[in-house]
Amino acid sequence: MAAYNENVKKKPYGKLIIMGIISVALYAELLLNQDVINNTFGKGGIYAFLPIIAAFVFSYFHGSFTGNFWTVLGIEAAKKKKEVK
Amino acid sequence: MHDAVQAAANFINLDAVNMVYLFLVGFVGGLVSGFIGSGGAFVMTPAMMSMGVPGLVAVASNMCHKFPKALIGAIKRAKYGQVDIKLGIVLGISAEAGVLYGAHIQESIKKAFGDAGSNLYVSVAFVVILAVVGGFVLMDAWKTYKSGTANDEEKATKIARWVQSVNIPGTMVYFKSLNARISVLFTIPLGFATGMLAATIAVGGFIGVPAMIYVLGAPSLMASATELVIAFVMGLGGSFKFAMHGLVDIRLAMIILAGSLFGIQLGAIGTTYVKPFIIKVVMGVIMVIVLFSRGLMVPVYLSQLGLIQTLGEGTVKVLKSTSFAIMIFALVLGAFIVLRAMWQGRKAEHELATKEALVR
Repeated sequence: MAAYNENVKKKPYGKLIIMGIISVALYAELLLNQDVINNTFGKGGIYAFLPIIAAFVFSYFHGSFTGNFWTVLGIEAAKKKKEVK
Repeated sequence: MHDAVQAAANFINLDAVNMVYLFLVGFVGGLVSGFIGSGGAFVMTPAMMSMGVPGLVAVASNMCHKFPKALIGAIKRAKYGQVDIKLGIVLGISAEAGVLYGAHIQESIKKAFGDAGSNLYVSVAFVVILAVVGGFVLMDAWKTYKSGTANDEEKATKIARWVQSVNIPGTMVYFKSLNARISVLFTIPLGFATGMLAATIAVGGFIGVPAMIYVLGAPSLMASATELVIAFVMGLGGSFKFAMHGLVDIRLAMIILAGSLFGIQLGAIGTTYVKPFIIKVVMGVIMVIVLFSRGLMVPVYLSQLGLIQTLGEGTVKVLKSTSFAIMIFALVLGAFIVLRAMWQGRKAEHELATKEALVR
């Protein structure tokens, strides 16, 4: 049993779901309030930080979601990593 | 501030069809970038403009999706040991300077020759650079394939060996991707050229990656992964500059990002399955096809400038749509080669695992 468990890696279902929900929430927020958000983010000057921060936040949650998405589908890096010197 | 108000007025209405379109283009672009370190931007900007997004907003929004995408791709590929962060940052900073200078040249050309002049400059730069660099990359990949050395470790070119042998005291830095100390006096102009190209044709990687491979002597896998660091550094600075003028449409940027993050993860995974020369194949093929796409537009701009006979409206329309279709084709073909190579790699790995299990 122990040997079996060693060979079967647990798939990150929990992480996938949590990150997925947060991603969907972020996109829903963005698209439902697009007028307000675009007007504020498009003001320029010091408001330039807003799109940059948003990009980081979206990429963190959605990036983690997409990474787990492929892992759950069983698409992962080659087992024998190429020797890169 | 007036600019910002005007830009905000230029933010288009987004419908479901446009969103799905941007998501899909983002996905394919992301897949290719995850694999070769860049690409996709040359399709993204015209794709947005075809929806009615003003040119500058399209460029700005594309850039604002590029840096977070590159960051995620770089982190992923760093896990596979393919990223040389130091080289990426050193080249990225000099590329930033190149971007500023490139944008300045663009502005001067626009002032002197108008929109058509600036478009002609961009197209000619595209055609000349892609013909020389893309042709060279593709020929090199072909030679590797024909010589049957695709499985061997890549050898540094003569130029790279010379660059690595030059010792200029006080400027030498060790880079792990090169496993050598080289003078930053070589990396600075390369980074600068990458940035200038990024400001001109939106895809700096078409210079950056070949430069790292052929001039500095980095292996293809590391060069394409390190390009993602350069794209992040360059994209972050560029996005901030555009955002200061209120030009970033965050909805466009984030929808493209939604698709491209799926793509970049897959493209990055793909690099662990393929022989290094496939990176060169994908890059060379895309560059050469895009060259034809831009080449088709040269007569349009020449006629707008009155340098050749004026083209009919119908002809211009046909040339424009053919050019755009060829660009989409380049990107889709690149994505196809990536997926096919990945599929074959996975199959080979699976067969090997089955054989090993049988031997035991």
